[in-house]
Amino acid sequence: MTAAQTTVAALPTRFAGARRFARAFRGRPSGVAGLVILVAFSLLALAAPLFIGDDELDVTKVDGPLLAPPSAHYPLGTDQSGRSVLLLLIWGSRESLRIGVIATVLTVVFGSAVGIIAGHYGGFVGRILMQVTDWFIALPSLPLAISLAAVLGQGSMSITIAIAVTSWTATARLVRAQTLAVEARPFVERARVLGAGDRQIMVKQVLPNVMPLILVSSTLTVAGSLLSEATLTFLGLGNPADVTWGEMLHEAFFGGAFTAGAWWFLLPPGLAILAVVLAFTLTGRAVEYVLDPRMEKK
Amino acid sequence: MSSRPALAEPQTAEAAGTQAKARTGRRPLRLPRPGYLVSKLAAAVVSFAVTLVIGFSLFNLMPADPVRTMTRGRPVSEAELLRLRVQLGLDKPVWERFLDFVNDTLHGNLGYSWEYQQSVASLTMDRLGPTLLLMGTSFAISVVLGLWLGLRSGWRAGSLFDRITSATALTLWSVPTFWLGMILLIVFSVGVGPFHGFLPTAGMSDPTLPQTGMTHYLDVAKHLILPALTMVLVVYAQYVTIMRSSIIEEIGSPYLLTARAKGLMDAAVRRKHALPNALLPSVTMIFMHLGTLISGAVTVEAIFSWPGLGDLTFAALKIPDLPLLQGTFIVFSASVIIMNLLADLAYRFLDPRVRDQ
Repeated sequence: MTAAQTTVAALPTRFAGARRFARAFRGRPSGVAGLVILVAFSLLALAAPLFIGDDELDVTKVDGPLLAPPSAHYPLGTDQSGRSVLLLLIWGSRESLRIGVIATVLTVVFGSAVGIIAGHYGGFVGRILMQVTDWFIALPSLPLAISLAAVLGQGSMSITIAIAVTSWTATARLVRAQTLAVEARPFVERARVLGAGDRQIMVKQVLPNVMPLILVSSTLTVAGSLLSEATLTFLGLGNPADVTWGEMLHEAFFGGAFTAGAWWFLLPPGLAILAVVLAFTLTGRAVEYVLDPRMEKK
Repeated sequence: MSSRPALAEPQTAEAAGTQAKARTGRRPLRLPRPGYLVSKLAAAVVSFAVTLVIGFSLFNLMPADPVRTMTRGRPVSEAELLRLRVQLGLDKPVWERFLDFVNDTLHGNLGYSWEYQQSVASLTMDRLGPTLLLMGTSFAISVVLGLWLGLRSGWRAGSLFDRITSATALTLWSVPTFWLGMILLIVFSVGVGPFHGFLPTAGMSDPTLPQTGMTHYLDVAKHLILPALTMVLVVYAQYVTIMRSSIIEEIGSPYLLTARAKGLMDAAVRRKHALPNALLPSVTMIFMHLGTLISGAVTVEAIFSWPGLGDLTFAALKIPDLPLLQGTFIVFSASVIIMNLLADLAYRFLDPRVRDQ
């Protein structure tokens, strides 16, 4: 037995679940591929300020050729203002991922809170909450998001809010169903008999058991949020000064690159969105598969 | 609530709950009970009322000053601002404005567009036809394509065909609709390299051609190809997933074993026995996903300048023309509510287990 194996075996049992999870996750190649893509994009987004500055992004400071096809100096060509498309693409990942993640956090926190409260209290409160959820589900999400963003004004803030308002319902329904299932189990009964209050049951008993499901649903929510973000920015609801993938496509389509046939400005942002959305979906599905007890038996 | 609800597909659960009451043999077709119809209609009406409240608050309470939004970017005198406020009824109390709004909407008056200087109702009515044409065509194609692929891949889950179908569907689902539209537009209308584009770039018909008769229909069909294709490619994936999981749920059922034991061919078992049962939950889920189709319509119509409601929304958004946005929002919401109602009724009608309750 090597030293490494001894250390792994000597880890306290509380990590046993995590180890089993990691082993099962490694058995899903598509999930691993998704995770690798996500890590790569996140590192790139975090490291971007180290090698990209105002000189490359400010339209008044750049000196590249306008709308030039790829060359040795500009691997993905340039945009209408002479900026390098590759650098824009890398910089765009920051804002795109940031909006996607913040919108998802808002969605998941709000949706889970509604779901747990509706599931725990049942009765009148639960019915009212689920009725409201159903009303929101019936609303067409993109027209609602467009109207919200238009009313709140251009910018990433209103886009984030618009995404959260239109996507919390799915999380709420999912979490409510899971809450009902968890509360039917004996350990919740035991906590109640021992005198736990509503809040304690919801936070200490239900939440930890609903958490894995919430995590899975949030990776899938990020994928949806990124697509919505791109769509809303493309339609012109973003701040034109920000560099995001949706904003790049907006400029490419409405700013003349499209009619000029500048494929190097059109393809990369779309492919980047596709890659990240797909990566989130693959990772989420792999985690879902690993956590699903029915699948583990096979 | 006593029973534990299913996580993903409530419709399946509902069907499963009534399975015990299922009887074999044909029964005469019966319409749903009037009580059920009334309750569903009432729910739809309440839903629409909620839409009106949300629409009103969104467009009348949230903007700090609609008149400022309206006159954004151009100089206006105080007198003109005041005149506009009175004209828009902003000097009245909120509840009175809300009652006016509800009254107007119920009488088909959706307000007056700032940009087009025309009533919103007539603007949206003009655009309804093209949107229905585009959505109907892409809906029909993607449902047939998605269900067929889902049936085949779910029947042999894990096979090469299943893996290719699922991977393609997942990838296309991750593509932004508007970007796919742009790519198709470049390839098939503009042309890439030696390949010349042969499809029209924008609009619904060629104004130089006669607007009636067979040439007109063919011309519209030609304009329809790219927008419809874009929507089908993004939307069909959902139907594949839905059908695939429904058929996998059915696959272990004893009635399929019986059918095989009778000596039926595999294809006949799939088509005559598995398909009808898997279709039921799928149909409801498909109707519930109609909202996504509408979302797709907005961007696709904007890209291809298809003269429908989505394109109108996009035009209103650029100004921004708040009454017009409000009008399209209400029309979109109303159509989703009507579709959901129809889906509910269709489900009751299609499933004998639920119908006879």
